[in-house]
Amino acid sequence: MLIVRLLFKNAFRHKFRAFLTVLSITIAILAFVMLRTVIGAWYAGVDASSASRLVSRNAVSIIFPLPLSYKDRIQQIDGVHLVSYGNWFGGIYIDEKNFFANFAVEPKTYLDLYLEYVLAPKERDAFLKDRKAFAAGKKLAAKYGWKIGDSVTLRGTIYPGNWDFVLRAVYWGKTDSVDETQFFFHWNYLNETLKKTAPSRADQVGFYMIGVDNPDISSAVTAAIDKSFKNSWAETLTETEKAFQQGFIAMSGAIINAIEIVSFVVIFIMLAVVANTMAMTTRERIGEYAILKTLGFGGWAIGSLIAGESVIISLCGYICGVVLSFPAAAGFKQALGMYFPIFKVESASLVMALVSSLIVAILAAVVPIHRAIGIRIADGLRRIG
Amino acid sequence: MFALFPYSLRNLWTRRLTTILTSSGMALVVFVFAAILMLAQGLEETLIKTGSYDNVIVIRKGSVSEVQSGIERGRAAILEALPGIAADREGTPLVIKEVLVLISLPKRDTGNLSHVSIRGTQNRAHLLRPQVKLIAGRLPRPGSNEMLAGSSIARRFKGGGLYDELYAGMRHWQIVGIFDAGNSGFNSEIWGDADQVMQAFRRPVYSSVTFKLRNAKDLDAVKKTIEGDPRLDLEAKRETRYYEEQSEMMAKFLRILGISLTVIFSLGAMIGAMITMYASVANRTAEIGTLRALGFGRRYILAAFLMESLLLGLIGGVAGLFFAAFMQLLTISTINFQTFAELAFRFTLTTDIAVKALVFSLIMGFLGGFLPAVRASRMKIIEALRAA
Repeated sequence: MLIVRLLFKNAFRHKFRAFLTVLSITIAILAFVMLRTVIGAWYAGVDASSASRLVSRNAVSIIFPLPLSYKDRIQQIDGVHLVSYGNWFGGIYIDEKNFFANFAVEPKTYLDLYLEYVLAPKERDAFLKDRKAFAAGKKLAAKYGWKIGDSVTLRGTIYPGNWDFVLRAVYWGKTDSVDETQFFFHWNYLNETLKKTAPSRADQVGFYMIGVDNPDISSAVTAAIDKSFKNSWAETLTETEKAFQQGFIAMSGAIINAIEIVSFVVIFIMLAVVANTMAMTTRERIGEYAILKTLGFGGWAIGSLIAGESVIISLCGYICGVVLSFPAAAGFKQALGMYFPIFKVESASLVMALVSSLIVAILAAVVPIHRAIGIRIADGLRRIG
Repeated sequence: MFALFPYSLRNLWTRRLTTILTSSGMALVVFVFAAILMLAQGLEETLIKTGSYDNVIVIRKGSVSEVQSGIERGRAAILEALPGIAADREGTPLVIKEVLVLISLPKRDTGNLSHVSIRGTQNRAHLLRPQVKLIAGRLPRPGSNEMLAGSSIARRFKGGGLYDELYAGMRHWQIVGIFDAGNSGFNSEIWGDADQVMQAFRRPVYSSVTFKLRNAKDLDAVKKTIEGDPRLDLEAKRETRYYEEQSEMMAKFLRILGISLTVIFSLGAMIGAMITMYASVANRTAEIGTLRALGFGRRYILAAFLMESLLLGLIGGVAGLFFAAFMQLLTISTINFQTFAELAFRFTLTTDIAVKALVFSLIMGFLGGFLPAVRASRMKIIEALRAA
C-alpha cells in the first residue's frame, strides 16, 4: 500500500507536467476510440444483416437489372419462403448534399422480410394502400422535419424527372443497430411511370431480397438460384445479405485500411509524449535513485518505481479518455448521424485502447529505467550538486 | 532578436533524447497531415488530367455521371452535326459516341470483387485523348470482341492482363493491348468497341458524346445550342470540369477527414512540446537570470525560447514531410463513391502541401512554446539568479 502511495506521490509531484501528460494521453485515447468507432460504423451494415436473407443481383455488376419474371422462378426454389425486390433509386432531395439511401421496393413483401423495421399498424396500412406513399426512417424524418402527410419531391439521377411522394409511415428499428435513415417507396410507382416514359426500362428489378426457411440451408439455396439462371442473358449472383454488404465495404477497403493505420499513429504520438515525460522526470531525480541505491534498494525496486509511475500516468489518461469518449460519440452521432446511422463505442476498442496504453507506459519507461539502473551511485549523488 | 539563436540550437542538442521524442510526436502529426492531403491531391489531379480542356462531354440532363446517363442514337446524331466541332484531316468531325458500363472483376491480390468501367468507344478516341498511348500489344480491330486495358487495370485485376480473356455479358473478350494514359483516370478503364459493348450488355443507348471544339473558347455558344434544344434534353460540360466534379465528393471527404484528425492529433503533440519547453525553462532558471543580468532584455529571452520551440516544430515538420514524400511511391486503388467505379491514384506531393505541412508544424511549435516562453521572459532577475 505504501508503495502505491509513493507511486502516486511521484507521479503527481510535478503537478502541472503530470496534468499535461494525462491530458495528452486523454486526447490520444479519445481519438483512438473515436477512430475505431468510425471504422465500426462502416461495418454496421454487416452486423445488422440477417443470416437468413439472401440478395440476388445481376452477375455482371450491380448496375445491371434482372427481369421481373425471375421472381416467380426464385419463389419455386426449395427453401425460399419469401421474395421481395427493389431498385436503387438514387434520387436527390433538393441538393446533392442531402444524401440518403432511397429505394423502390415491393412494399408488402419487403416489410414482411425486414421485420426489424417497425411501423405503427395504422401507418403501415396507409403506406401499403397509397401508391405514391413512402416510408422514412425516424432519423431521416426528424432531420428534414417531415410529418405524416407531407409531400416530398426527389430529383431522379438514374430515372430522369421529378418524383413526388407522400410520407405515410415512419419506421423505427427493433434494435439500435437498425439503420433509421432510409427512404423507401412503392416499386409499382416507379415501374408504372417507366412504362409510360421509358418502356424499355420497365419490369426490371435491381435486386431480389430472398428470405430462406432457415440460415443453415442458405448456401444450398444460393447455389440453386444461381444455377437456375446460368447461361441466361441475365445471370444472377446470389449471396447472403452479410456477404453482399461486406462486398460493398471491401471496395472502399483502401480508405478503411488507411483510417485503421492512422488510428495507430495516434498511439505512437502518445508514446512520444509519455516517454518524454518519463525521461525528464528520471533525469531530474537521478540523485534520488542514487540515494535509494545507497540505502540498498536494488535495480528491480527502482525499475518498478519508474514503471509504476508511468503506468499510473497512462491509466489516468486512459480513464479520462474513455469517460469522455461516450459524450464525444453521442455528439458525433448527433452531428453526423446521417452518414453513420449506427455509431456505438464498442468494448473491443476500449480493451484495445487499454492494452495500447499499458504497452505505451512500459515502453516509455524502458530507457529511463535503463539509465537509472545503469548510473553509478557516486555519479548520481554528484549530480545533485 | 536572433543573438540567442545559437544558444537555442545548442540547448536542443544538449537534450537530444527529449528533442527527438518531442519532435517525433510532431513529425507523426505532420506525416498524417501531409499524407492525407497528398491523397486528396492525387485523386483530384488524376481526374483533372483525365479531361482535355478543348473537349466537351455531353450527358443526359440531371445525370451526375456517364453511368447514369443515356443518349439515344437519334439525339447523338443531332450532336454530330453541330457547328464548331473540330475535324480531322479528312474532314470527319472529331466526335466519339461512347457507352460506359460497370462490371465486377476480382482483384489479383485479394480476389475481392470491385467495379471496373468498361468503355465502349471507337479507335478514333485516341485523336481526342492524346495522353492515351499504347504500351503493349496492338489496337483492337473495329467491330470485334477485342479490348484494350488501362495499365492500372492490367496490373490489378484478374482478366485485365495482356492476352487475358474476360468473360462478361455472355461473351469472351480478348485483351489485345495495354494502354497508358499518363496519370489519368483512363488507366482504370477497359476500352472496347462501342457497338459490341452496347449489344453484349443490352444497352440500346450511348452514355455520352464527346467532341473536340474547333476553338476552345466556343464552349458557351455550343453549350447554349445543346441545352437550349428541346429535342435533346442534354447537358454539355467541358471535359476537365466534368472529371473535376467526379473527384469533388471524395476529395472533400478526404480533406475534412485529414484536417479534423490532424487537428486532434496535434493537440497531443503540442502538449508534448509544452511539457518539454516548461521543463526546459524550469531547468534553466539560473541561466535565464544570468542572461538577464548580462543585459539581454525580456524580449530576447522570449524570442530565444520561442525559437527553440519553433525549431522543435520545424525538425518535426521536416522529418514528417521527409517520410511523407516516400508515400509518392504508393498508388491507391479504391472505389470512387461518386461514380461507383474503381479508380487508381497516387499520393501527390505539391509545394503547396509541403508549405502547408511546414507552416502547420511551426504553428504547433509556436503554440506549444508560447506559454513557457512567456514564463521565462517574466522571471525576475534576482529570484532567477538565487535559484542557482
